Amino acid sequence: MNKIVNKENFSENVVKLEVEAPLIARARKAGHFVIVRVWEKGERIPLTIACADEKKGTITLVVQKVGVTSTKLCDMQVGDEIVDVVGPLGKATHIEKFGTVVCAGGGVGVAPLLPIVEAMKKAGNRVITVLAARTKDLVIMEKQMREFSDEVIIMTDDGSYGKKGLVTNGVEEVILREKVDLCVTIGPAIMMKFVSLLTKKYNLPTIASLNTIMVDGTGMCGACRVTVGGKTKFVCVDGPEFDAHQVDFDEMLMRAGAYREQEKADMYKIAK
Amino acid sequence: MAEDRNVAWREELRKTIKNKERIEIPRVHMNELNAHYRARVREEVNQGLTVEQALMESKRCLDCPNPTCMTGCPVSINIPGFIKNIERENFLEAAKVLKETSALPAVCGRVCPQEKQCESKCFYKQKLGKDAVAIGYLERFAADYERESGKVSTPSIPAKNGKKVAVVGSGPAGLSFAGDMIKKGYDVTVFEALHEIGGVLKYGIPEFRLPNSIVDVEIENLSKMGVKFVKDCIIGKTLSMDDLKEQGFQGVFVASGAGLPRFMNIKGENLIGILSSNEYLTRVNLMDASDEEADTPIFKGKNVAVIGGGNTAMDSVRTALRLGAQRAMIVYRRSEDEMPARLEEVKHAKEEGVEFMTLHNPIEYVGDEKGHVCKMILQKMELGEPDASGRRSPVPVEGAIEEIEVDQVIVSVGVSPNPLIPNSVSGLEVSPKGTIVVDVFMQSSIPTIFAGGDIVRGGATVILAMGDGRAAAKSMDEYLKK
Repeated sequence: MNKIVNKENFSENVVKLEVEAPLIARARKAGHFVIVRVWEKGERIPLTIACADEKKGTITLVVQKVGVTSTKLCDMQVGDEIVDVVGPLGKATHIEKFGTVVCAGGGVGVAPLLPIVEAMKKAGNRVITVLAARTKDLVIMEKQMREFSDEVIIMTDDGSYGKKGLVTNGVEEVILREKVDLCVTIGPAIMMKFVSLLTKKYNLPTIASLNTIMVDGTGMCGACRVTVGGKTKFVCVDGPEFDAHQVDFDEMLMRAGAYREQEKADMYKIAK
Repeated sequence: MAEDRNVAWREELRKTIKNKERIEIPRVHMNELNAHYRARVREEVNQGLTVEQALMESKRCLDCPNPTCMTGCPVSINIPGFIKNIERENFLEAAKVLKETSALPAVCGRVCPQEKQCESKCFYKQKLGKDAVAIGYLERFAADYERESGKVSTPSIPAKNGKKVAVVGSGPAGLSFAGDMIKKGYDVTVFEALHEIGGVLKYGIPEFRLPNSIVDVEIENLSKMGVKFVKDCIIGKTLSMDDLKEQGFQGVFVASGAGLPRFMNIKGENLIGILSSNEYLTRVNLMDASDEEADTPIFKGKNVAVIGGGNTAMDSVRTALRLGAQRAMIVYRRSEDEMPARLEEVKHAKEEGVEFMTLHNPIEYVGDEKGHVCKMILQKMELGEPDASGRRSPVPVEGAIEEIEVDQVIVSVGVSPNPLIPNSVSGLEVSPKGTIVVDVFMQSSIPTIFAGGDIVRGGATVILAMGDGRAAAKSMDEYLKK
């Protein structure tokens, strides 16, 4: 059992949870994820670790209400216990001194981007972070990002905060003004697809961290398979990070909808 | 062994019925649920033998001076020893004899391919041209009798020897290793990656073939004996091998199983509705996805094709029927003779209405506008020359292509070893196939690490995994005593 020790509502649908998981807090690195099951008949879903406190023995997860499990998770309170948290899973981010790194995050993808920004900075990179959201209230973790970034560019769809525009506008602005050596992007699949298309145009190597449907998270089921460079890969053990220019994002978007009908029916049950 | 056979009661028992009469008794039939009824429910298909049936069947065993059946058993169970105890109506003693060599007799009695092992070497089969003694049914009978009697014998545990050992994985290999080591006085902890103990016995083999309650009893027994279980803990991820050493574990037995499902890498294989048998069975068995209350979703296909001819393929196709499939098909590229599945599974599947499309191989899947599979394209095959496996290899019949409508495809063409441990332990010798290399003592290239089951074999049976657990326990005990 993993107790929730802290909870912060970032917005109506986005919640930050600090959860007791001492062994994971100690072993995790930037890029790792966990599998979470919220109750005895719950499903197993993957969530990327936003940060960890080894001394307190906790990890932080940022969750957006999307489906059944994420909704139940967001509704949990401090003191509640999550029945299963297992990890850290996946391959850690490859960190080295690349030069200038642009980290582009959108939605709750900003949370798992934080440890990468931190690690890239500590490895001696110049880090420029682009945070994107629909509107001002949905911009998250700006303060923590500023701590490890040389510059933070904020993009909102409606222009209510930072600059008006999409994440791709922010990334392109940087590419046009200075030499960039690597781009790291985490966010909704559709966003990563467009970041990837943009950076491909400029031949800028780009890493995307994929979030797919998973059951076990340890390589056993193959639910998470994606096509990368024409080959089938498992996000859980081969990823979650891949060369974005090789990822078949259209297939990934299609596969993300595999259980949409069932999910709709289940959401209806929750609402009742 | 010979001594055992010469004990007075066995000699007496042999004389009670003439062999001539014994061999006239026909082989017992397993009591099964009606095929029409069972194909829609999760209840166990095989209902077991009654006392009368078991007694009658036990009389068929001739208590041969040279029991060839035992040579067919990967763990050399004392087969006549337990069967003759059934004949003298000492069922609890029969169970005890089984437990001397098998950690999970109730499981093996249900899932072993007896017709390829012990029963294939039975005197009846070899010399008389008759049906073999139903060794598997009798094994199950004795184990079930003991469990249901409430008089399960917990072996006496010696004083602790002060040494800690760790087990990675709680499937058949890990459980049998744990049982043996606790009996030798070790402090044993089993680490499991999933949220349930039992490995493939839980996530893989369906309820209608091996009820979870039976596996749970075995796990409870191990707990009572002092084995500690830690769930949600992945060795190589949550804790490293070095962490285990630091925590005082002197030996580690790796039984992490065959993780990665194989796909065929054909066009359209990543369409929605195409999944591995591992995913399908895990959703249904481990996550209980067909239960209304469970959160895990499952797509219940109407026209379901299962690709492959092994036990997992049979489990998947029969599960599909139980989830409401109107058409459930096995698509297998060789002929039925080459199918690796147990005979009983093939028989049960046919009785339940599964269609067998042998000598067919999928070459492409076609999807609808939403990316959901709607059609499979099959290449007809014929048998050519025997290949490396000794089976006649299938070759395509030129131009013979067939299209079949499907809304779900379950790919069950084998698994590769789970890469988590091989990838995370430096200095561990791993084969090109990804299996851990061990010597005859199940010891790996790192002396304190032993391994067994599918992580070594790449995909085998429950009984072989259990045999490995046993062998590794014996070797590690000797190694740690040095």
